[in-house]
Amino acid sequence: MKFRSLIFANLFRKKVRLILTIGSFAVALFLFAFLAVVKGAFGRGADIAGADRLVIINRISIIQPLPLSYRDKILRIPGVKAITHNNWFGGVYQEEKNFFPQFVIDPEYQRTVIPELKVPDDQWANFIKDRQGAIVGAKTAKRFGWKIGDHIPIKNIGYGSTGTWEFNLDGIYHSERVGGDEGQFWLQWDYFEERVPQAFKGNVGWYVLKLESPDDAVRVGKAIDDMFANSSYETKTETESAFAAGWVKQFGNIEFLILTIGAVVFFTLLLVTGNTMAISVRERIGELAVLKAIGFSDRSILFFVLGESLTIALVGGLLGLGLAALAIPVLASALNGLLPTLILSPAILSLGLGTALLVGIVSGLLPGIGAMRMRVVNALRRV
Amino acid sequence: MVRVDCTGRSNSLIQVRGLDKSYRRGGEEIQVLQRLNLDVDKGDFVAFMGPSGSGKTTLLNLIGGLDVPTHGSITVAGDEITHMSGNKLTQWRARHVGFVFQMYNLIPVLTAFQNVELPLLLTKLSKSDRRKHVETALGVVGLADRMNHYPRQLSGGQEQRVAIARAIVADPTFLLCDEPTGDLDRKSADEIMNLIQRLVKEYGKTVLMVTHDPVVAKLADLELHLEKGLLVEGGQLREGAWAGGAA
Repeated sequence: MKFRSLIFANLFRKKVRLILTIGSFAVALFLFAFLAVVKGAFGRGADIAGADRLVIINRISIIQPLPLSYRDKILRIPGVKAITHNNWFGGVYQEEKNFFPQFVIDPEYQRTVIPELKVPDDQWANFIKDRQGAIVGAKTAKRFGWKIGDHIPIKNIGYGSTGTWEFNLDGIYHSERVGGDEGQFWLQWDYFEERVPQAFKGNVGWYVLKLESPDDAVRVGKAIDDMFANSSYETKTETESAFAAGWVKQFGNIEFLILTIGAVVFFTLLLVTGNTMAISVRERIGELAVLKAIGFSDRSILFFVLGESLTIALVGGLLGLGLAALAIPVLASALNGLLPTLILSPAILSLGLGTALLVGIVSGLLPGIGAMRMRVVNALRRV
Repeated sequence: MVRVDCTGRSNSLIQVRGLDKSYRRGGEEIQVLQRLNLDVDKGDFVAFMGPSGSGKTTLLNLIGGLDVPTHGSITVAGDEITHMSGNKLTQWRARHVGFVFQMYNLIPVLTAFQNVELPLLLTKLSKSDRRKHVETALGVVGLADRMNHYPRQLSGGQEQRVAIARAIVADPTFLLCDEPTGDLDRKSADEIMNLIQRLVKEYGKTVLMVTHDPVVAKLADLELHLEKGLLVEGGQLREGAWAGGAA
């Protein structure tokens, strides 16, 4: 491309300004990537939720329990294929900073209801036989260097003075979905039921059921809630994706917050870059006039200005996204499972780069059109 | 031969007929050029003199297709440029006109070579052909050894020589020089004028030049004086050239 040297020479005319403008793009794109990754992490539960799964919680709040006796009643409703239940364990491994989610599970239908979290059959068989057995996600196993056969002490702080619980690591699960949760720790319902104080016995945290068909979701959900209406433990049944979305909403309207911050960042970037390009064009209006005088067309002049703004946007955008690609895994590791898995997907990278280029075009368009329309005679008179 | 009294068709390279140019400023109409006729043949070297505001630069801008007249016509090598569209006029300028400005107007971030190469970027010449043309043009102006220098690394006279190389590199039909020595000391001005004279005599270039400097004007084949928009007598007639008053 024979005009490349002209575009690049003009770009490097004011090096400090160029670095600062590219830096603005890089910071904005880094922030965009980070916000998009966080938004994606919060929304991933809903995205990957099974369409044929319902979650049943206490109508008052998820922290209120439901009776274990509901299990068989729900299982008898037509359209329900399998049901499992969970409790939040809330233990501490060695130190409080070593947070990871621990769930009490009902082994009978766990793998039927949540088949995407894969445990090898031999490991699962050992777990079933071992009352103090535990299964842990691959990510958490890697984090603490756990191997199958390890004894893992966890101090329970959620169910009175039950002290430290000893577990035998019988298996490690993997998620077959990209971005699936591999951070959980599972323990057996029987062991839990045996050790918790009397007040907690017979209470489950929530139920998860698998439907015969996703088409039954509304009917089955209504049937469950109607069944336990006006009881001491009324239920709220919803699809897993609605449950996941509701869970995220507990933190506030994350999506609105992130979109608002992102919009402000890009609008500010547009103003900064637009101003830079306007100053850059104004400074060399005489030179552009000379180019027009010697035969460069109006379109060429617009092309030069847009070429500069697009190059700045491209370089700054790639720099920001590259930094994000380096920083997000480090950040994800430092968060130690406090947030769902942070994934900088190709879709986020493409959207970021596309947005950067759009800002580049818009910021170069107005000064470019101004330069295109200037009268050569008037501009030369100012030189 | 230069004529300023023709009204009909001629075979001259540049024909200007009944040229008027006026501007409106603050509700007042300012007449810059009035009913001006001019014929310039190939190889002529004409100097336009006159006080500030007499319309010298305006006339050059009109002949160079940078501005459009209020009335009248300009024909160059058979092309009437006064009714060309903006795009056509831009293409025409690229092919026919070489501009030399008082302030050189080089692009400061480009080397002498890159500045001279600019008009060739609009052609279909290959990179190696462009290089040959640029080296030739810089050789003509005596700056072949400075082709990688930036304008800030050159003296004023050298910058103007680069500007002249840029003006001639695409072999235009004629050169328009607006005060080419106006920003130079006498020695540099003489060098530039020697160069322009060489372009006329050795390379047969047609040059129309605006200047305030009588010493410089005397080096042209013909001096024409503009006063209040009229071409007036006072030019010194040289052999083969004729000048008279405007109609």
